[in-house]
Amino acid sequence: MSTPTRTPTGAPAHLTGSGGGGGVGADAVRPDGVLKVRGEFAYGSDLWMSDMLWGVTLRSPHPYARIRAIDTSAAAALPGVSAVLTADDVPGEKVYGLELADQPVLAVDVVRYQGEPVALVAADHPDTARRAAALIRVDYDVWEPVTDARTALGHPTWNMVHDSTPEVTELSRESAHLHPEGNLVRHLKVRTGNPEPTAEVVVVGEYEVGMQDQAFLGPESGLAVPAEDGGVELYVATQWLHVDQRQICSALGLPPEQVRLSLAGVGGAFGGREDLSMHVHACLLALRTGRPVKMSYNREESFFGHVHRHPATMRYEHGATRDGQLVYVKASIYFDGGAYASSTPAVVGNGGTMGIGPYVVPNVHVDCYGAYTNNPPCGAMRGFGSVQTAFAYESQMDALAAELGMDPVELRCRNAMEEGSATPTGQVIDSPAPVAELLRRLEAMPMPAPADHGDVDLRDMPGGVSNTTHGEGVRRGVGYAVAYKNVAFSEGYDDHSTARVRLEVVGGEATATVHTAAAEVGQGLVTVEQQIARTELGVDQVTVHPKDTTVGSAGSTSASRQTYVTGGAVKAACEEVRGQVLARAEQLVGRTVPDLRLAGGLVVSDAEGIAVPLVDVLGDDVLEETLEWRHRPTEAIDPETGQGFAHVQYAFSAHRAVVDVDTELGLVKVVEMACTQDVGKAINPQAVVGQIQGGTAQGLGLAVMEEILIKDGKVRNPSFTDYLIPTILDMPPMRIEVLEYADPHAPYGLRGVGEAPNISSGPAVLAAIRAATGLPLTRVPVRPEHLTGT
Amino acid sequence: MRLTCTVNGTEQQVDDVWEGESLLYVLRERMGLPGSKNACEQGECGSCTVYLDGLPVCACLVAAGQAEGREVGTVEALADADALHPVQQAFVDAGAVQCGFCTPGLLVATHDLITRHGRPSDAETREALAGNLCRCTGYEKILDAVRLAADRMAGTAAGAGTEAGGDR
Repeated sequence: MSTPTRTPTGAPAHLTGSGGGGGVGADAVRPDGVLKVRGEFAYGSDLWMSDMLWGVTLRSPHPYARIRAIDTSAAAALPGVSAVLTADDVPGEKVYGLELADQPVLAVDVVRYQGEPVALVAADHPDTARRAAALIRVDYDVWEPVTDARTALGHPTWNMVHDSTPEVTELSRESAHLHPEGNLVRHLKVRTGNPEPTAEVVVVGEYEVGMQDQAFLGPESGLAVPAEDGGVELYVATQWLHVDQRQICSALGLPPEQVRLSLAGVGGAFGGREDLSMHVHACLLALRTGRPVKMSYNREESFFGHVHRHPATMRYEHGATRDGQLVYVKASIYFDGGAYASSTPAVVGNGGTMGIGPYVVPNVHVDCYGAYTNNPPCGAMRGFGSVQTAFAYESQMDALAAELGMDPVELRCRNAMEEGSATPTGQVIDSPAPVAELLRRLEAMPMPAPADHGDVDLRDMPGGVSNTTHGEGVRRGVGYAVAYKNVAFSEGYDDHSTARVRLEVVGGEATATVHTAAAEVGQGLVTVEQQIARTELGVDQVTVHPKDTTVGSAGSTSASRQTYVTGGAVKAACEEVRGQVLARAEQLVGRTVPDLRLAGGLVVSDAEGIAVPLVDVLGDDVLEETLEWRHRPTEAIDPETGQGFAHVQYAFSAHRAVVDVDTELGLVKVVEMACTQDVGKAINPQAVVGQIQGGTAQGLGLAVMEEILIKDGKVRNPSFTDYLIPTILDMPPMRIEVLEYADPHAPYGLRGVGEAPNISSGPAVLAAIRAATGLPLTRVPVRPEHLTGT
Repeated sequence: MRLTCTVNGTEQQVDDVWEGESLLYVLRERMGLPGSKNACEQGECGSCTVYLDGLPVCACLVAAGQAEGREVGTVEALADADALHPVQQAFVDAGAVQCGFCTPGLLVATHDLITRHGRPSDAETREALAGNLCRCTGYEKILDAVRLAADRMAGTAAGAGTEAGGDR
């Protein structure tokens, strides 16, 4: 079967160029950059084959209903329609899932959220397919949805939480069981120290975080091509080819060798592509019709087609001495997981284990719950269970500082975790943890110029060119926040990646090829793969092989893990290849040379004055190594106490936000964001700063504008008209300072970068708005009505 | 219906276009020019920005029939066969491209901005690009790229003795 092209006359689906050179630590240029600026990079929605059909999905309009009957006859009869499929047409397992297989490929008897896929259509034009889908008659028996996580678990009042609660109370028995085991996905307890602590000063707060969306720009898209062996080739924008393959095989009832995946160009991910979307659907339609089938969601469908960030309700109680030493933290955290589990168990793991922030606290009592409801399913999003709790614990630190009459940064520094500190889960931090230093460096940065009420540029005022203020009623505020985040997968997960590295002479030059299945979603992993190979093999030319399932799993492009884990795999494979090269060179030389190494396309020994061109050592031979690489193991945590070595590495970041608030209209202008972050080792400094800037923007977005609004289980704003993400007018200048305290356990000393800045930026903005207004502000996103009391 | 228009300097004729199709759909699916991106398809994100008779528009909001007899310019025409346009090169050099899905639309909008303004202030740049959403970068490196491109084009133009901005 031929490979799809992006256009009738276009280039292969997924090319990576050679890039601009540069090893580890250099601002290497991304190899796909030129293709992207030329408009030639083939994203999932750009794929094309001459005889392809278009697939569309019919989705449930109801959050909770029984399906009495489905009539597809009118849709199937529409000219141009090739197939109409329902759950009866799923040949293998009817349900799938990342951690728990609980989500139907197509609804079976019951729909549990608005937008749940019910039926599929393939037709010769996307509009034909959409018109056909509208002709499918589904007879629903509509039920009352369960829309609140605490109610779903039978804990509607906070008082019940700190009783050592039986998981199923009278209330939860009355609440509908959305799944056979009940509505609890996971309850994580963390217990350290004295269970009945007392303190001189106590602050209590209840906080709420709305449902944020990844809002990646490239819609869910892919092209499924039936193969002659009865299998299927899927070209798809995803974060983890092999976990997709596993779930697709299960649904199709096919073995892995018959389900081959290749990565299509990915237009952003941020966690939203870790779950399946159109993958199985396109494959089902392709296998049924015998023709290639392309599916590409429009923006509204994208909002229904992927999981979101868990909304959270949280109650925190902080106890401290009068001089600002934290004595205890008690927290109850509820994550609304929506209709299906997705990665809720792991999100609960993060929310619970890191839920009090990067502070040393002797007595901790945390309960973290994930619940099923009839809201949209929630799963992975950048910051993964830590974004929500950071809003709560950082708000609490500010509230405590105010209660103590202490500077908020001073309070944080006084309690900051450092290398050698123990986390509440009993894990000793065995690498640098410069929490206080990050805050102190932020404090030392220059402040932006004060708002000049005499001669203002309206574009810099809250409300901007809307001309709503010339500075009257505008108050400036400054806020700080610090956060930490685990890197890579935790709690004993076998977290590994596979890399194949080949070294050969091509066109008279030694050239390395790196082949991994690690998804490049925009973050720059392809550049990092090249940089590592250049550094380890001393060559300039490095080709990154297209990402597919013909090499072993690289794990997910999530959890800030790919540079660490796949980078580690590439480094290790390069070292193996290098060992072969050096052995050959020693054979050429005829003896052992102790300081032999690769540099500049040569095998060199400065001490012995040896410089043999790599091309002479390689000749016509191809040296290749494939290996799996693992970071040091983590362990499962004790279900009753939360104790254990759960996380392999932590990333640390801090933000200072400066805001101007129009207190009369409730409008916020973020004037500046400053960020300090420890990245261990900046493999590509330009890309590191790009991650920090982008993560900061998403945190700012959640603080002041981003929320999927849901009423009675129904989404009210599934569009970029109504779901707002920051524009270039909303983002301020950013000051960024990157620290590089090497982690002795990680390749090159690096730390995962991508998520931490997403966690600390939002709470800093919130703190700044509080400082400007004097309002308590316990819910994000902050809306004008919260600031004006209207 | 039959649509005839000039795209990137070449007259194009496309048959069997449905009345409901957008210019974006026709460019991407019928003319083999998928550089303009389909991110929201309701004029909110700017990913599909193209020139229509020399003015930047969201191609998703233009009914295909509205392009009849007119000139369309897409991101595919910014570079010549060998060299990137300075705006494109600046986006690559500044690290303003991450996932890159917003990039084609931003390039056309930036090209238009610099063509009109030469060296725009940051405030002018922010206003001009406010209709182009980017989810990856936080926009700082996009501002860097605009400054870099404007500087380079001004330098080139001064050296060549022509008006800043250059031709597309």
